[in-house]
Amino acid sequence: MTNHWIDIRNSDVILIMGSNAAENHPISFKYVLEAMDKGAKLLSVDPRFTRTSAKADLYAPLRSGTDIAFLGGMIKYIIENNLYHAEYMQLHTNATFLVNPDFKMPGELDGLFSGYDEQKRSYDKSSWSFQRDAKGVPKSDLSMQDPNCVLQLLKKHFSRYTPELVSDITGTPQEKLMEVYQIYASTGKAGKAATIMYAMGWTQHTVGTQNIRTMAIIQLLLGNIGIAGGGVNALRGESNVQGSTDHCLLFHILPGYLPTPKASWPDLAKYIEKSTPQTNDPESANWWSNRSKYITSLLRAHFDSGLTTEEDFGYSLLPKLDDGQNASWLMLFDRMFKGDVKGFFAWGQNPACSGSNANKVRKALAKLDWMVTVNLFDNETASFWKGPKMDPSQIDTEVFFLPIAASFEKEGSITNSGRWAQWRYQAVEPLGNSRHDSQVMNELYSRVCALYKKEGGAFPEAITKLSWDYGFKGLDGKIEHIDIHAVAKEINGYFLADKVVKGKSFKKGDLVPSFAYLQDDGSTNSGNWLYCQSYNGKGNNMARRSQKDPSGIGLYPEWGWCWPVNRRILYNRASVDASGQPWDKKQPVIWWNGAKWQGDVPDGGWKPLNQPGTKKSFIMLPDGVASIFGAKMKEGPFPEHYEPLECPIEKNPLSGTKNNPVIKLFYEEGGLEEDIFYSCDQRYPYVATTYRVTEHWQTGVMTRNIPWLLEMQPSMFVEMNPQLAAEKNIKNGDWVKVSSARGQVEAVAIVTKRFQPFKVQGTTIHQVGLPWCYGWSTPNTGDSANLLTPTIGDANTMIPETKAFQVNIEKRG
Amino acid sequence: MARKAFMIDTSRCTACRSCQVACKQWNKLPADSEINRGSYENPPQLTPHLYNKIEFIETEVNGEFKWLFLNKRCLHCGEAGCLKVCPSTGALFRTEEGLIGFDKDKCIGCNYCVNGCPFDVPRYDADNKITKCHGCLDRVGNGLQPACVKACPTGTLQFGARDKLIAQGKTSGRKLYGEKALSGLGAMYLLDNQPQDYKLADNPSIPTSIFLWKDVIKPLGILGFWGSVGVAMLHYVTVGPKQLDDDTEAKGGE
Amino acid sequence: MELSRRGFLKLSGGAVGASIVGVGLKPAQAYAAPLAIQYAKETTTICPYCAVGCGMIVHSRGGDVINIEGDPDHPINRGTLCSKGSAAYQLRHNEKRITEPMYRAKGSREWQKVSWDWSLDQIAQKIKATRDATFMEKNSKGQVVNRTDGIASVGSAALDNEECYLFQKLLRSWGLVYIEHQARI
Repeated sequence: MTNHWIDIRNSDVILIMGSNAAENHPISFKYVLEAMDKGAKLLSVDPRFTRTSAKADLYAPLRSGTDIAFLGGMIKYIIENNLYHAEYMQLHTNATFLVNPDFKMPGELDGLFSGYDEQKRSYDKSSWSFQRDAKGVPKSDLSMQDPNCVLQLLKKHFSRYTPELVSDITGTPQEKLMEVYQIYASTGKAGKAATIMYAMGWTQHTVGTQNIRTMAIIQLLLGNIGIAGGGVNALRGESNVQGSTDHCLLFHILPGYLPTPKASWPDLAKYIEKSTPQTNDPESANWWSNRSKYITSLLRAHFDSGLTTEEDFGYSLLPKLDDGQNASWLMLFDRMFKGDVKGFFAWGQNPACSGSNANKVRKALAKLDWMVTVNLFDNETASFWKGPKMDPSQIDTEVFFLPIAASFEKEGSITNSGRWAQWRYQAVEPLGNSRHDSQVMNELYSRVCALYKKEGGAFPEAITKLSWDYGFKGLDGKIEHIDIHAVAKEINGYFLADKVVKGKSFKKGDLVPSFAYLQDDGSTNSGNWLYCQSYNGKGNNMARRSQKDPSGIGLYPEWGWCWPVNRRILYNRASVDASGQPWDKKQPVIWWNGAKWQGDVPDGGWKPLNQPGTKKSFIMLPDGVASIFGAKMKEGPFPEHYEPLECPIEKNPLSGTKNNPVIKLFYEEGGLEEDIFYSCDQRYPYVATTYRVTEHWQTGVMTRNIPWLLEMQPSMFVEMNPQLAAEKNIKNGDWVKVSSARGQVEAVAIVTKRFQPFKVQGTTIHQVGLPWCYGWSTPNTGDSANLLTPTIGDANTMIPETKAFQVNIEKRG
Repeated sequence: MARKAFMIDTSRCTACRSCQVACKQWNKLPADSEINRGSYENPPQLTPHLYNKIEFIETEVNGEFKWLFLNKRCLHCGEAGCLKVCPSTGALFRTEEGLIGFDKDKCIGCNYCVNGCPFDVPRYDADNKITKCHGCLDRVGNGLQPACVKACPTGTLQFGARDKLIAQGKTSGRKLYGEKALSGLGAMYLLDNQPQDYKLADNPSIPTSIFLWKDVIKPLGILGFWGSVGVAMLHYVTVGPKQLDDDTEAKGGE
Repeated sequence: MELSRRGFLKLSGGAVGASIVGVGLKPAQAYAAPLAIQYAKETTTICPYCAVGCGMIVHSRGGDVINIEGDPDHPINRGTLCSKGSAAYQLRHNEKRITEPMYRAKGSREWQKVSWDWSLDQIAQKIKATRDATFMEKNSKGQVVNRTDGIASVGSAALDNEECYLFQKLLRSWGLVYIEHQARI
């Protein structure tokens, strides 16, 4: 979230689309309702009428996978009715920038942008660029009238998204579309705020990233980013998925969103050179120019502090990806399925139910030599070898189940969706013989390290030179108990030598006050620069419990700690005009008092934009402004509607390009049978989507095993509308079979008007929905909806498309 | 002590069902084994282990589809049929705050309270002893909120001085249900729609037989209970409800 | 009924069994005596389910959890919880919790209980053997990559930050690049 949970109360309009906050983030509704008490409007856009819709002022249905069309129509509406916040856009976005005249758009190229290479299924992006002056700074037209300026191109691009066409794609009645547009666009002026609450309903699509970008563009047009009650707010789903992302349990990034080293970056100098963004604009802070300090401090935290500059502080000890290698989820399991992965950890995760196309995942697990599963409860991954269609005698995978402590049986911090890191204390000892995760990691570190020290082996230095100094060591040199505070302090970072920085003297061993003090000469370490300040000389800031809110807008600056540098609302320098005065005088986030900034921690402490020596407000981007034109995207600098890989219609009503043209296709001629998909196939005529319910969480391992929760939602169901049910002779409560090209699940039919058929391209399209929280290891609950979902991912993130696919339903005989 | 009560503002309920679980957690009630019958609403009824629950109601109001959520529980009536009919002194009792508690040791398992309740609330456990929402009398007696109220994220459930809740409720512009009925309910609703949209009786009343019990049979003494009088009373249980007249209502709580 | 709650108690002389639900106290005690949680140890924690980050108070006594409810001082949830958070007590009091390491051998139809020490040694040996067998010092272009493609890892968005950091540090020291978790799906 750019903003945070409490801030929702500051909104005038709340759009919940691509999420179902009332069900999956129930406490958020404390603030949704608080905003509504003050007159805010709640808009719910969802294929299905949910518990969120039940509270909304307006519910608009849309067919799964058509969000860009829906929102694209809103962009058209905002621009053509001059409802945008022009001054905000001029100051804080690239709407004024002039684009290379060679740039062509889908309206001209039948759904494609200029530079498409059909063979490579990718774009040559050279035309997706700005015109630059002699100094290399982008040219702009502040009047935003130049036909090549970003705003005019945006207007032209989305002029195709007429209400008639949008309605014909989305199935949303035109009057509902217009109502949503009118209410939302009413916030395009100073003093009004609208927020978007989205989640996996937007990310889990082949156009997932562009779904979010479409909304980000709307928020920028309306001046809704950086302000209280605004922002682009991803409602993250697990207690610490924000922290686990920040610490980068992901193939492509190291802690603090630093790129994973790759083969063509053989040394630290090359890494820094190639991964540090450049700018020629003197008014761009280009914060990532500090990359060298962050990667160096990370290396100092990871490896033996005796390593020298000449040894690149251990850079060579980090594994490197091949250039272009994608090691993301779908690729990982594809390799496993093909027998290329021998050993596997499933640490607090249940891919046999959570992985898209779960049948393929389950078969892949059977090809492993060994697997370690770490969990509180047995689950479909740990016990895959005795699951449906498995013959244990034929499965050679050795499996270890390590029982682990629950959250309140250990101590440490977690980071919520609003980026607040909060400390948890240990209430009781781990149950039975279960152990802390950190203790298990320590044991594995120690034992593997001892083996390499004793026996040698492949590249032992990467292991033996790892720094692992988190507590008292016994005579055998092994740490007996991991001191979690020592880990938290290393994440924050220490001075490794006496040093004067910014006029302040630090001693070796001092904690670094904040990331502004990190160095690239090896004199500081920091496991994650983004968390530098979380645990410093003032103590464990994540454990703070002050209830003070001097802002009055719910920032609670001394409750826990928030990254970066305790800034509670990101991009908050866009909440003010050029003189530093807030657009919204009633609920200001920051303001310039003539000498300094007041309020929240400003996003860059430079003077206001109308003063000499200023820096622009989007400090993480090389151009210093927000990207309405976003050339980093793989499928185009503006979003364009493409149909889901599996969809119910023959042709994309907008163009001759049916699907996202740059997605990686797993199933092509001669592909794996497991990856097959059928689009517009009469055998699978119904659109399907997956979701969660309030009473369960993720694959359900921590809720199916909770009797009180299972009581409320006891088994797998499929929701469908009465018309479809009647056509298929299905009655409410009947058991039905739901099948896709890849699998089948059985479910109880919930026949409900909460699903309504869509009118699309003159035909009636039915959609059904299923939760993915069940699994065969809990008796009589059914199995995962992910047995149905496809092997296909978003073009930018490779997040699987589990929110739109095709199925058939039949009454169970 | 001024009478305390629950106020249930249905417009704020998101059916997260924290109330259902928080109650079980505090009162250490086991889960029921359930199946999906084509609804989110599980268990479908109050059970001996489920003192409050959310009803999920799909309906149309003025042609518009609505999904309504109603917290169902003991309403701690001012004129309480269960108390009237209970033949075992102290098995059901009213607390200082006006809540209706129960004492399983004194419950003789007669089930009369089931028939005496206009809201289908009392349930009997495996030992044939009464169970129902008792308003977390242990918490309330110690100055805490009932577990369900404490847990409710949206302010749907409130608990406090009854007159204050009524005064607040009247400013909400919503229909206040239960202010006067049965000498005033101890759990009232603020409704966005009509009571019948929530399957609530317009004018709830105690079954006729209860009056017979209280006014005729009970004075004969508990000894008579075990005799033929009890059997005679049972006959009247099936007669059905009788509307309370104004006079009865004006008498106030028991 | 004319009796107040206290009046009732006087009349009944407190001669009631421990059958008042809730804390197993007599009505008189249930009403007037300290609650079971009053002298319990209170520990603050954050809910392990979604990412709203609600505060909880865990009441424990004698080393075990007796109650979990929302932390009233927490600025986000203000003492409230959703149904999942309200059910956290059953994460502890749960016969399905696995409390001993288990092992499933090749071709076996069953889990067997094993010791931590044995499991950890076995796993350490397997990590080393697989790493040594699949370690790639250079790729097909001859570039140094120093990685282990034969081992992969998924998880975990339920770990604490410190554990996430340790876990990725450990995995990367073994040369893994196939490191993924819930954020990708």
